[in-house]
Formats: sequence, structure tokens, C-alpha cells
Amino acid sequence: MRIKADTGVCVGSGQCVLTGPAVFDQDDDGIVTLLVDHPEGEAADQARDAVSLCPSQALSIIED
Amino acid sequence: MGMIIVTETVPATTDDVAFPVARGCPFAEPAEYSQVREQTPISKVRLQGGTEAWWVSQYAEGRAILADRRFSSDRRRDNFPIPGADKQLRERFRRQAPSLIGMDGAEHAAERRALIGEFTVKRLAALQPRIQQIVDGFIDDLLATRQHPVDLVRTLSLPVPSLVICELLGVPYADHDFFQSRTALLISRRTPEPERARAVDELRGYLGELITRKESEPGDDLFSRQIARRREQGALDHPGLVSMAFLLLAAGHETTANMISLGVIGLLNHPEQLAALRADPRRTPMAVEELLRYFTIVETATSRVATEDVEIGGVTIPADDGVIVSGLSANWDPSVFAAPADLDIERGARHHIAFGYGPHQCLGQNLARLELQIVFDTLFRRVPTLRLAVPVDEIKLKSDAPIYGAYELPVTW
Ligand code: HEM
Ligand code: SF4
Repeated sequence: MRIKADTGVCVGSGQCVLTGPAVFDQDDDGIVTLLVDHPEGEAADQARDAVSLCPSQALSIIED
Repeated sequence: MGMIIVTETVPATTDDVAFPVARGCPFAEPAEYSQVREQTPISKVRLQGGTEAWWVSQYAEGRAILADRRFSSDRRRDNFPIPGADKQLRERFRRQAPSLIGMDGAEHAAERRALIGEFTVKRLAALQPRIQQIVDGFIDDLLATRQHPVDLVRTLSLPVPSLVICELLGVPYADHDFFQSRTALLISRRTPEPERARAVDELRGYLGELITRKESEPGDDLFSRQIARRREQGALDHPGLVSMAFLLLAAGHETTANMISLGVIGLLNHPEQLAALRADPRRTPMAVEELLRYFTIVETATSRVATEDVEIGGVTIPADDGVIVSGLSANWDPSVFAAPADLDIERGARHHIAFGYGPHQCLGQNLARLELQIVFDTLFRRVPTLRLAVPVDEIKLKSDAPIYGAYELPVTW
């Protein structure tokens, strides 16, 4: 799977960073950045949780 | 005889009930809510104060509305639902520069982007040692007290978030009696309008002077950094800065304070949950999420106005109608949180909407989480025999306020 983040709609809630600190980070302005594109194992589960928790629908998963 | 008379405690219709309904007991949602959620999940109700709005009580639809940009947060719109509001309060909202919470679309996004860098998970993690020190300091004072019972609201719940937000924003903590008392007045639905207006004016006056001082003598604080940032981008908007300061100071202390008090009441009243928490502090973050869900202290800030006709859940909400997404009702929706009346720190409640949802989801949520985690961990570790000094039903609760909480919390150990 691949994770995609739309920095244009991110509202900097930090929910993704709390959920998957190995997958997501925030830049100095609070906007989401990806630490990995293809999370695996536990990180993949965390990425899926983050997608459903993100308040702005900024995150999506592409299964490949 | 042998006839059983069933007494119905829930009224058959909600026509004579004004929303939001005051909470009778901290461990239950109002009786009317479950009935409305099952029978008419999106329905027009009468608000306290007489106006009407759509009441959205299921989780899925509530979340969908809060994420939907066809709904506006602009408090200056005629039908923006403000339970208990009179004409004067509405006039005031029209005159004042809006703050982040009342902005829409691009204006909201720009204002929020100016602020979120201050509240990233990383920035807050760096505050952890200082917050721990602050909590330990107030608990030292608590343990040194000889007179029992002690009011936990005055000694811990209010001072911790007040001092933390003062240091972050650059507000002198010495002024805490002033801003705490004014915030209490402006938040209570029982405050007569002239008195509320005076409290708002005094607080805005105070913050206006503070911002003016920082414009010429900046410090190492959020207000000074916002002034610098806005100068770089163009002219300083003084009334806008005061509105931002007002929102951050008020939202930054009163909310977390109430959540500390209710969390303590909730855990002391569920000793098996408290024991599980103390056995393994790794459970604290999950316990905090469950307490946030369970009490949902900010029930109706998640209000909106439809900017066009919107079809949702089989009804059409017409343009210009007010909508209240009840966070409490959504967080007690049994199709999402099974047996919602059970306080269960292991249920995994992260997806609650106690901080709202969508673009306005709480800016201070991760600060609140950190403060709550540190307070609960430290308090129950350092005061292991802590107990309520009065029965729960004698605690004075803020049953009729837009932010639920406790006025006083007598404890002993
Ligand atoms: C337990 C504590 C807290 C609770 C339950 C809470 C709850 C909420 C809720 C429900 C909203 C959404 C309102 C909406 O949808 O229009 C919100 C927004 C907001 N909160 Fe909190 N809050 C808490 C703590 C804090 C703290 C500590 C701060 C301070 C820094 C803060 C600052 C804000 C701001 C600035 C907004 C507006 C965000 C926006 O409109 O983009 N809150 N809060
Ligand atoms: S959860 Fe969504 S809105 Fe929040 S920081 Fe991550 S991507 Fe942005």
C-alpha cells in the first residue's frame, strides 16, 4: 500500500502524528509530511487508523 | 391485582423540551437524547432561549456535517444557533472582529495556518518537562495543605491549564484571578447580558493593552511571534489579534480545567478503571480519550449554518437554517460506542468528536491531551488515597453551561 497526503487541505490537527509517529510528521508550520510512502506491518495499520481519524480527509491509501 | 405499572420517564414528544438539555447526572446523557437519536436523528428542535435549529444526534451524520464546507461557522449569520442568546449578544457578535472559530473557507485556513505551527505534536512534546514541573508544584502545595477537605478546582484543575497557557501565550500569570473570573462570567448562561458584556469588554481591554505592549516590547511567546508574523505579511490587524488572544486564553484554560475535574470524578467513581490505569501508566492516553468521549464537555460549539440546501440522512436542511451537531449525543451513539454509559478506558475511543471534526477540529487538542495525561498520572501516583469528600450528587456541576464541569470539587486523602 501507498499513503498519500494532501498538504493543501491538512488542518494540522496532529492526529496522524499521534497515531503513526513512524509514518507521519508535521513541518514547522504544522502541516503533515510523510516519513515513509509505503508503510508496512504495524506502520500500515497505523496509517489506516490515521486515514479514518484525520479530520480534513487529507490522507488516503492507494492499495498496490 | 398483579398489574404492573410502567412509569415512563422519557417524555413522549420533545415539543416541550428545550435543547441542549441540562445534564442531571455526570454519568448519563440527558434521557431525551437517546430517544431523539433513535427516532428523529436529524430534527428541528426548540433551543433554550426560544429560537429553533436542527439537532443532529448520530455520530456518522454529525461527522459528515462538520467536514462539509457547505456549513458555515460564522457567528454573525442570523440563524447561527446560540442557545440562550438574546439580541444584545447577537449584536455583539456582529460588531466584534471574528476569531478563528467563527471563520470560514480561505479566511479560516489562512488564520489556522498562522497558528498551527505553535501546536504541533513536536512543539508540545518539548513542553512536557515544564508541564510536569507545573503539575508537581501545585501538587506539592496541595499536599502541604492542613485544612481538609480541599477544593481541587481552585488548587489544581484551574491553576494547571491557566499557568501553562499563560506561559505559552505570554500572559502574566499574576493576572489569573482577573481572567479566570471574567471567563467564568462570560461562559455561564446565567450571567445577565449587561454583566457578560462588561466581562467581555474588560477582557478585550486587558488583552488589547497586552498586545500593544508586545508590539513594542516583544517577548519569547506566542502573542509576540504572531505579531511578528503578521507584520511580515502586511499591516497589523489589532482587533483581529485581540480576538485571537481572547479565544486562545479562554479556550486554553477553562476547557482543560473542567476536564481535569470531571476526569477525577469519573475515575474515583470507577475504582476498577482507576486501578487498571494505575497498574500501567501506558493506559493513560487511552483513558484520557475515553474520559473526553464520556463527558464531552463542549457539547454545542460544533454549531453551524447551512449556506445552501443540504440533503443528509433523509432530510433536507434548507439554506440559512441553524444546525447543532451534539458532540455528547454523537459520542454516546451506541452504534459506534457500544454500551456508551460504561466508562471503559480500554475501549479505544480515539475517534470521538469531543474536539469536534473537520477543519475546525480543536487547535489545542494535543496540548489538552498532554496536560490531562500528566495531571491524572501524577495526581493518582502522588496522592494514592485521594477520595471525594462529598457524595457525587452533592458536587456542584455546571449542568446548564456551554462548557460542562464542576464549580467545586471537595476532596481529601
Ligand atoms: C479538554 C479540552 C478541550 C476541549 C474538549 C475542546 C473542544 C473544542 C471543540 C469541540 C472545538 C470545535 C469547535 C467547532 O467545531 O467549531 C474546539 C475548537 C478550538 N479549540 Fe478547543 N477544546 C479543548 C482545549 C483547548 C485548548 C487547551 C485550547 C488552546 C490552546 C483550545 C483552543 C481551541 C481553538 C483555538 C479552537 C478553534 C479551532 C478552529 O476553529 O479552527 N482548545 N475545541
Ligand atoms: S491528521 Fe490530517 S489534518 Fe491532522 S495533521 Fe494529519 S493530515 Fe493534517
